[in-house]
Amino acid sequence: MSGARPLRVVLAEDGALMRDGLTAVLTRFGHQVVQAVGDAPALAAAVETHRPDIVVTDVRMPPTQTDDGLRAAIALRERHPDLPVLVLSQYIETASAGELLGSTDARAVGYLLKDRVIDVTDFADAVHKVAEGGIIIDPEVIRHLLGRRRDPLERLTPREREVLALMAQGHSNTAIAQALTVSPAAVGKHINNILAKLDLPPDADVHRRVLAVLTFLRS
Amino acid sequence: MEVITALRRRGFLASAWPWRSLAYLVTSSVPGALVLTIVAAVLIVGGTLASALVGLPMLAALAFAGVPVAAFERWRLRLVDPEPVADPHRVPDGPGVGTWLATRVREPATWRELGFTVLLATVLWPMDLAVAAAGAALPVTLLTAWMPVLSGGRRGLGPGLAIHSPAQALAALPAGIILLAAGAYLITAAAAGRAALTRRLLSPRPDEAARLLAEVTGSRARLVNAFEAERRRIERDLHDGAQQRLVAIATSLGLALLDLPPGPAADHVAHAHRQSRLALTELRELIHGIHPQVLTQHGLAAAVQDAADRSPLPVDLALELTGRLPAPVEATGYFIVCEALANIARHSDADRAWITVGHRAGTLLLEIGDDGVGGADPAGGSGLTGLSDRLAVIGGVLTLSSPPGGPTVLKVELPCPEPVPSASSSPKTAP
Repeated sequence: MSGARPLRVVLAEDGALMRDGLTAVLTRFGHQVVQAVGDAPALAAAVETHRPDIVVTDVRMPPTQTDDGLRAAIALRERHPDLPVLVLSQYIETASAGELLGSTDARAVGYLLKDRVIDVTDFADAVHKVAEGGIIIDPEVIRHLLGRRRDPLERLTPREREVLALMAQGHSNTAIAQALTVSPAAVGKHINNILAKLDLPPDADVHRRVLAVLTFLRS
Repeated sequence: MEVITALRRRGFLASAWPWRSLAYLVTSSVPGALVLTIVAAVLIVGGTLASALVGLPMLAALAFAGVPVAAFERWRLRLVDPEPVADPHRVPDGPGVGTWLATRVREPATWRELGFTVLLATVLWPMDLAVAAAGAALPVTLLTAWMPVLSGGRRGLGPGLAIHSPAQALAALPAGIILLAAGAYLITAAAAGRAALTRRLLSPRPDEAARLLAEVTGSRARLVNAFEAERRRIERDLHDGAQQRLVAIATSLGLALLDLPPGPAADHVAHAHRQSRLALTELRELIHGIHPQVLTQHGLAAAVQDAADRSPLPVDLALELTGRLPAPVEATGYFIVCEALANIARHSDADRAWITVGHRAGTLLLEIGDDGVGGADPAGGSGLTGLSDRLAVIGGVLTLSSPPGGPTVLKVELPCPEPVPSASSSPKTAP
């Protein structure tokens, strides 16, 4: 998405290598890292100073080296409900993901495995989607959740689960069809089945589809 | 079997016990005579040089003579008593002779052993030797009387008492045999008495034994905690070091790919990029196995949920646990759950598993079950034995029920205080 609008980014990451890497990727895609900080209090201050288009933050940061970044992101969203935040985590923690999504009214928020940055184009897309108000959930989170025993989900076929996982990442029907090498019509049929099996009435609104996944994430 | 029990058995005379008892009594003279000689030497030398620098330390060193003598006596006791006697001394506070002396001088056991040594050197060893002589030497003298008599000599038995003629020597044989049997009983009974005395005087007093046990438990707990701290450190180092660097490399490769025209160079970079992605995935799994961050940050319930998510089998969860527990309890509980889930996936042939976690009356209860084939053997390299040490350190109990045909249920009870409401996300330190 090289044609996307340039974003002003505040970046929070305590590892110097990682910070440089993230800055390089964001810059390569035409965005501007207005400030890169290394701990949670500095992140809050930087947001007040710069009023960025998006915050990209690591979970584990000083001062406590636990989940300061996540706490800071949630706190920032309380103060600035429209501020898009993308949280990067070293590990997939469904608990953290659920907490983040639950506290941000399910918009303009993302939770990704930190390693995803190495697929630079996908990562840049993700940043952009979140900045535009979308939701990005790491496929690993979905994989974990789909592994759980939940009766409505047990009714889904493996293919329907795959489709649901892709839906959760905000992909369009066309993108899902491409990813699974099936026809868009087949995807549409799968989605109708999923929504029916999850007791959600079919709806044309793409955003509602993601909400279906979110309902499931929060439960 | 103890020597005193052996005494009442049939076939006692043909057993090794009389011989062991004899050896026990005779070897008593080794420390006895040695101590007596050394004491005499030190008293003479040290006494005459009392004013000199050599004399006084030598005399003072005698106060500790009981320690090696008692150690030797406890070791020698094994001749007649298979149950070892524990060392009543504690480990010195630090290295060096000075620390050793300072520790020993304050222990009652040191003075008890000194008293025993005095008793050994003055009374016990001559007595032991006398009994051995009476029990063994007299019958042997009678039994071998014919040897000097045949060559025209005589065998003296005591003042004014001797065997002269072959007839007397012949009559001495049955008397010798009877006395030999009696001697075996005498020697063994004496050895048993002597062993009981030694054990009584040289074993740890109840308070000393309790302290020793506490020391061992404490040091084991320290080991396990150090082990746990080390795992966390390794996890942090890998995360802050290798993982960051690998992400940086892979990101650079990803960026390079954007600008490279299609061709061999782009192919190589793409290959390197794929490889680095695989390496990152492997490294992430490795770090997770060392000490999962979810455990550190969110506690046992979240970590059990995470382990269940990773299991290839569907796992039903009943997690009645909120808040944080002491870090060693959380780590032990988590690793037991992981091990159990791995075993279920590997051996049970189960369709599903279930885990319940609850806290009741100062005890954390974990239950992991499956609907598989059963017949799990806790000793059969299940990996659970490896966890029993950690479990024992925090006073936990593990029971496994796995009848053939299933179901297999593993129950773990860990003593632990009430969970702390998780206002703070950081774990508590060891209690």
